[in-house]
Amino acid sequence: MNVTIVDYQSGNISSVINSFTEVAKGKVNLEVTSDINKIKSCDKIVLPGQGSFKSCVDSLNSISGLVDTLKDFAIINKKPLLGICVGLQMFADIGYEEEETRGLGWISGKVSKIDNQKGKFKLPHIGWNEIEIQKESKIFKDIKNKSHMYFVHSYEFIPEDKSVISATTDYSSKIVCSVERDNLFGTQFHPEKSDKTGLKIIDNFLKL
Amino acid sequence: MLKNRIIPCLDVKNGRVVKGINFVELKDAGDPVEQAKIYSDGGADEICFLDITASNENRETIIDIVRKTAKACFVPLTVGGGVRTIQNITDLLLAGADKVSINTAAVKNVDFVKEASKKFGSQCIVVAIDAKKVSENKWEVFTHGGRNKTGIDAVDFAKKVEENGAGEILLTSMDKDGTKSGYDVDLLKTITNSTNIPVIASGGVGTLDHLYDGIVKGGASAVLAASIFHYGEYKIKDAKEYLNSKNVSVRLTNV
Repeated sequence: MNVTIVDYQSGNISSVINSFTEVAKGKVNLEVTSDINKIKSCDKIVLPGQGSFKSCVDSLNSISGLVDTLKDFAIINKKPLLGICVGLQMFADIGYEEEETRGLGWISGKVSKIDNQKGKFKLPHIGWNEIEIQKESKIFKDIKNKSHMYFVHSYEFIPEDKSVISATTDYSSKIVCSVERDNLFGTQFHPEKSDKTGLKIIDNFLKL
Repeated sequence: MLKNRIIPCLDVKNGRVVKGINFVELKDAGDPVEQAKIYSDGGADEICFLDITASNENRETIIDIVRKTAKACFVPLTVGGGVRTIQNITDLLLAGADKVSINTAAVKNVDFVKEASKKFGSQCIVVAIDAKKVSENKWEVFTHGGRNKTGIDAVDFAKKVEENGAGEILLTSMDKDGTKSGYDVDLLKTITNSTNIPVIASGGVGTLDHLYDGIVKGGASAVLAASIFHYGEYKIKDAKEYLNSKNVSVRLTNV
């Protein structure tokens, strides 16, 4: 099996590469690339994302044909794609970080700043928080409810269709921290930084 | 609910782990990669490397250590010490660090914090503030491992780095560091109350109760300690079980 981590020059993806490499060892061919042809022909895609919503969307758009290729892969052909952090947020129609920016529009909804209740909750939301599993998800196989995952973000994805939500986490409100629809997966937390439970999620994705 | 983080810090010099008593009298003890792995297997919520001589020496050593550690530990890794340029940050992130901690360079030029957080995102920019008490409820920022006075008020500076995009503050009391007499709780409380970003408490931990004080009395989101873990007095697990027994929420792991 060939899995591609999309390298679109957006932030630090070393940890994603390290963790996937660890889990994929000897089982899966891992490629880190922005080459459209390689992306088209692979079996699964990992879409990381660090920095702001706007900077990630701009970076994706700056590589000619990339957005259409990803859409064909994940939406038209329904092949497995996992978005991590801003990689998940970009599934939305629109994001409000820095300035109003159009997202990929794969799952209707918006990405807005976490309501910190006038400073009651510190932002960014940094650290380990429990996930509350809302529906069965293929990537949560053998993951216990209330498992700890590592988060670092100030913006949250609010999908219109709540049935896509596979887990939430409690930080000032119930924040959407995982979505699944067909073969489209996204996590707001960082499985690549979430110790053994995080690596298990990666393993589940690679085994799909 | 968000858990309070326990962060063991490894001071690294010439590729080896050391812990200074008030930043002098360094003792050599251990390979940083191995030590980091022990901590992460033991339930550390993050790992922190502080390259204490980076200002003057070859940076390749720490980058190599970061590279090896990042392939073995799958929890967040913060690296500080001698981070002065965008290139320094790029090198550390590419080697596998998740966050960098900026100290002197932020004091010299707060625009550097802005530039760095804009380029890499606030999530990976930690500003390390070394503060010393100058009078009742007044602390001053020091640089160069506590050697140089700056005349800058610590509270003003903390607010300023927040405005400029820092994602976290790593706050070290220079009065307490190495003394094992506990964090400067007043300093912590003052800074956590005047900022809206997470503050990591550092400097002075000698007992598990000190960790409790940092979180509960000082309002810190995370507690950093070096020697109590490094010399085996306590394991990360001991610290977590202790805090948990006192109703402080931590991430308990089954190890």
